[in-house]
This record gives sequence, C-alpha cells and structure tokens, in this order.
Amino acid sequence: MKERARDQGGPGTLTDELVASELAEAPAGGEPLAELAARYGLRASSARPGLLAYATQLWERRHFIMGFATARNVAMYTEARLGQLWQVLTPLLNAAVYYLIFGIILGTNRGVPNFLAFLITGIFVFNFTQRAFITTSRVITDSLPLIRALPFPRACLPIGYVLIELEQLIAAMVVLAVIVLSTGEPLTWYWLLAIPALMLQAIFNIGMGLFLARLGAGADDFSQLMPFIVRTWMYSSGVMYSIQTIGTLKHHPTITYILQINPAAVFISLMRNSILQTQRLAWPGSKPYNAAKCALYNLRGKNLENSAYCHGTLTMSQLWLYAAGWAVVALVIGFVFFWQAETRYGRG
Amino acid sequence: MADPTVVVDDLHVVYRVYGAGGDKGTAATALMRVLKRQRRPSVREVEAIRGVSFVVNHGDAIGIIGRNGSGKSTLLQAVAGLLPPEKGCVYTSGQAALLGVNAALLDDLTGERNVVLGCLAMGMSPQETKDSYQSIVDFSGVGNFIDYPMRTYSTGMAQRLRFSIASAKSHEILMIDEALATGDANFRAKSHEKIMSLRGEAGTVFLVAHNLTEIEASCNRIIWLEKGRIMMQGYDVPGIVDAYLEATGGEPRKRDKPHDSEPHVA
Repeated sequence: MKERARDQGGPGTLTDELVASELAEAPAGGEPLAELAARYGLRASSARPGLLAYATQLWERRHFIMGFATARNVAMYTEARLGQLWQVLTPLLNAAVYYLIFGIILGTNRGVPNFLAFLITGIFVFNFTQRAFITTSRVITDSLPLIRALPFPRACLPIGYVLIELEQLIAAMVVLAVIVLSTGEPLTWYWLLAIPALMLQAIFNIGMGLFLARLGAGADDFSQLMPFIVRTWMYSSGVMYSIQTIGTLKHHPTITYILQINPAAVFISLMRNSILQTQRLAWPGSKPYNAAKCALYNLRGKNLENSAYCHGTLTMSQLWLYAAGWAVVALVIGFVFFWQAETRYGRG
Repeated sequence: MADPTVVVDDLHVVYRVYGAGGDKGTAATALMRVLKRQRRPSVREVEAIRGVSFVVNHGDAIGIIGRNGSGKSTLLQAVAGLLPPEKGCVYTSGQAALLGVNAALLDDLTGERNVVLGCLAMGMSPQETKDSYQSIVDFSGVGNFIDYPMRTYSTGMAQRLRFSIASAKSHEILMIDEALATGDANFRAKSHEKIMSLRGEAGTVFLVAHNLTEIEASCNRIIWLEKGRIMMQGYDVPGIVDAYLEATGGEPRKRDKPHDSEPHVA
C-alpha cells in the first residue's frame, strides 16, 4: 500500500504518515483477506446462489415479476391515442394482412374448413411465442440500468417479459373467441383445453426466454438475427396452411411428422383442436379408419373432413405429451443455462 | 475490534465499452474486419478499479472521495455485487443496498408504480409495500406528481423519490452515491437525518460525495481513490480531506472547531 502510494506520486510525507497509520489500524494484520472474510462468515457479494436457493429467491420475488409485467403492459401504449386498444388491434391487423395474402390472393386454404378461424388462431398463438422470443433476447441489454441499480434474481426479467406477452395474448384471446364464434364454431367443453395448452406454451416460452436472454446478453448480433429465425420458423409451422395438406409432403411421412412435433406446431394444433370443432373433427386418426373416405381425401386433396378417416401421424394424446415434454425440457435447460451466467449480467 | 462487514480483496473491475469509435462504421470495414479475424476495434476495455483492498468494520461510516472518473461509483457497485469483478473479490456480511444517481427506475411508469415495484424488487412483501407506501410518498415530497410518469420528473424530484424508496427498508450495509446532490436544502436536511438513523440500524454506511462538508459531517473514515487505486485511506478524515484538496489544487478547509467524527452505533 505504502509503495503504491509512492508510485502514484502522492503528496509526499503526509501520504506516508497516513498510510502507515492506516496499516497499523487494519485488522487484517498479516492474514490473507480471503481467510479473514471466511473467519467472520462473510460471503462473496458476486457469488452465485445455488440452483435451489436461486429458485427460492425467484419465488419470493413473484409479486415483483407480476407487478413488473402488468406495469410494463399498461405503460406500453400510453403514448398512443388508442391506448390499450392496440393490444387487440395489433393481432387483428396481423390476421387481416395474412388473410388477405394467404386466404384470398394465394388461396392456401386448400380445403381447410373455416380457414379464417384456422388462420387467426394460428397467428395469435404463434405471435405469443414470436414476441416472447424477440423481446427476451433483448431483455438484458434493455434493462442494464435496472440491473445495475437493484440486486434481484435476474431471471425475473425474462420471466416478466414472457408474462407481459401472455397478458397481451389473453386480451387477444377474447377477440379470438368472438371471431371464432361468429364464424359458426360451437362453444363446447373442449374450449377448456385451451387453458392447459396456453399454460404449457407459457412454460415453454419462459424456458426458451431464459435461454435466449443469456444468448442475447452476450452478443447483440444474436438479437439482430432473431426476427429472421422466428419468421422462418413461422413459415414452417403451419400457421397459415395445414401441414398435412402440403402435396409435396404426402410421401414423406417423416418430414410431416417432424414439422408436426415442432413446438410451435404442437401448441398451435392444440389450440385449434380445442376451440375449433371443424379442426378437431378433421384431425387425421380422430375417426375409425375408413379406406374409401381416406382415399377420397388423398385423391382430391381437398375435403379435409375426410382426412379424419386416414391413419394419423400423431394422436391427440401424443400431441399433449409432446407439448408437456417441450415445456419441461425448455424450462429445465433454459433455467440452468440462465442461472450459470447470473453474476455476469451486470457487465456492460 | 469490531467485526468486519465488508472485505475487499485486490478488486479489479473492467468495463467493456462497445462502439467507442475507431471504426469508420461502414458495412465494408466491418466485413474486412470479420474476414481478417480482427477483434472489434470499437470494443475498448476500461479498467475502472485496479487492485483495491480494504476491510470495513461494523459501525464504520466510510466516505469515498476522488476526482470524476476515479472509480468511486464503480467501487460501490462492485461491493453491492451489481458489477462482477474481473479479478479479486468482495466479501460482505449481507446484501448491500446502493442508493445512487444512476439507480434508474422505470422511466415510463408513474411514480406510484415505481414505489410499489421498487419495494417489491427489494424483497418486501405486498403487505409491507402497502404499509410503507404513504410514508415513502410523504417523505419524497413529490406531491401530486406521484401519478405522473417518472420521465416528467425533474432530476431533483426523481432523486428524492429514489432515495425515499430505497431508504424504506433498513439495510445492514447502506451505500449512498451522490444521492443527495440534487435535492433542495430542505430535503437534504431531512435525508441527512434519515441517513443517520439508517446508519444506526445499518451498521455500515458508504458515502460518495463531492461535497466534502457532508463527508466530514457524516463519516469517521475516508478512502481517497485516484485512477482506480487507493491513494490514501484512514480514520483521519480532516487530514486526508486536506491532502486531497491540496492535490487537486483546492484551498485547505477552514474549520471552526477541531473535527470529531460522528459517534456511531455498532
């Protein structure tokens, strides 16, 4: 210490005297500081808590996470004249654009019954995952001031961002319900299945959000790339077409299968089969196999109702298992991955 | 000898600054850089703290002085565990609370939301938050502005609200970074009182201030930082303040009476 002060060219004799007196008072003596700290039970301030302790801390901050999500949601549209209406208008306009292009101009409906409801359900559900992915990949950079101001488990932030999107989706779901009912779909008990489907999707999004938050914190290049990755994903997940009606895939059951078990397609199918009776009844394998009717569907590729009599690639219960599997795998991997870098998020 | 509450062991903190210039910033130059496998020239490393060690005991109130950019705020952030150390380590007896100018809350939310979220983020329960809400708002004195978004606040008002939120909870280790610099005289007097009572509960207080009178009035120990290293430290507060003033070209302070550091509660 004394030498260092001299190296710096400190103000001469006064420095030496004071530094010497400070050394005499220092309780450390000759003991290494790390041992002194250990002796008095002090903990490293930047130490990472254990996985379980971290989860507990996160649970203790649940009110903060909820409050954060709600407040952000309220603040999001304060600058807009129409305010909270945009929560509903944005997905509606999205749906209108896709309906115009894919439903009317390109005619990708290929005999999908009630295409309008089919399309809008797909877009709303996919939009939840899409928004969650894009916002969480930026959450650490966006919240640097908050991270540097207050100590709290950083996982609060990506989880909060996913909950913001979930709240938005719930508003959009009310609109969706009105549209779906107005297209002539009946209100059935199956609608209740939309709740567990959304919960599984939210868990999946939280897991992936944690994963992406860490990736995005490292390099900004990643969050620049994210919109393109998500868009490619959307076009391959049967949002605006039915995967099983793609002619070129007819003889490639493996590819069809892989497309159908990808998480986005799984969550979309679950939602469609819950609230759209026409979809549920047309799901391949949902009716006893009938060679004649199935052949009719395969031959003409049109009347999707007949596809219910074909052998399905996936049954409904398999679909639920895949949904639960994706949710659990994403949550575990994402949580551990995010936690591993917990102490590094403050670094600029 | 009182028990140590904070041990800082050979601490180094490095900032990585992106976009620090040095590049023409066109796509072509960026491409050449990637092809030549060069590091981004725009990434600069700034060594803000270079090897600082000290031990702080229960009941200490430590003033930290130094020129702008000498690493005072960085040191506090590292002690609070908000900035990870590059090398070395900081040990603390509990979570340190940092009150700072940069303690940005959520700008586009109302003051009311910020009070609630701030309390919840500090780990208070919704009931505790509800109970202390009114006293926080009253103490801050922002009045009707509590219903407005924080971006409409003046610097002083935002500061007052932040201080009020952070001081709503008693902390074992409290660090105040220029938190009172922009308040008006009335608020400074109120918050000095609050600091003293918090110090009584907290045990350890760090105070960063350019106002040396405030340091001398509140601290029994002082650390002088210069370019990320400790220049001087010790319990002779007026002595070090004078040496600091001499080095920075200021006049030595005139004191009415021999200075005694504040009595502190362990």
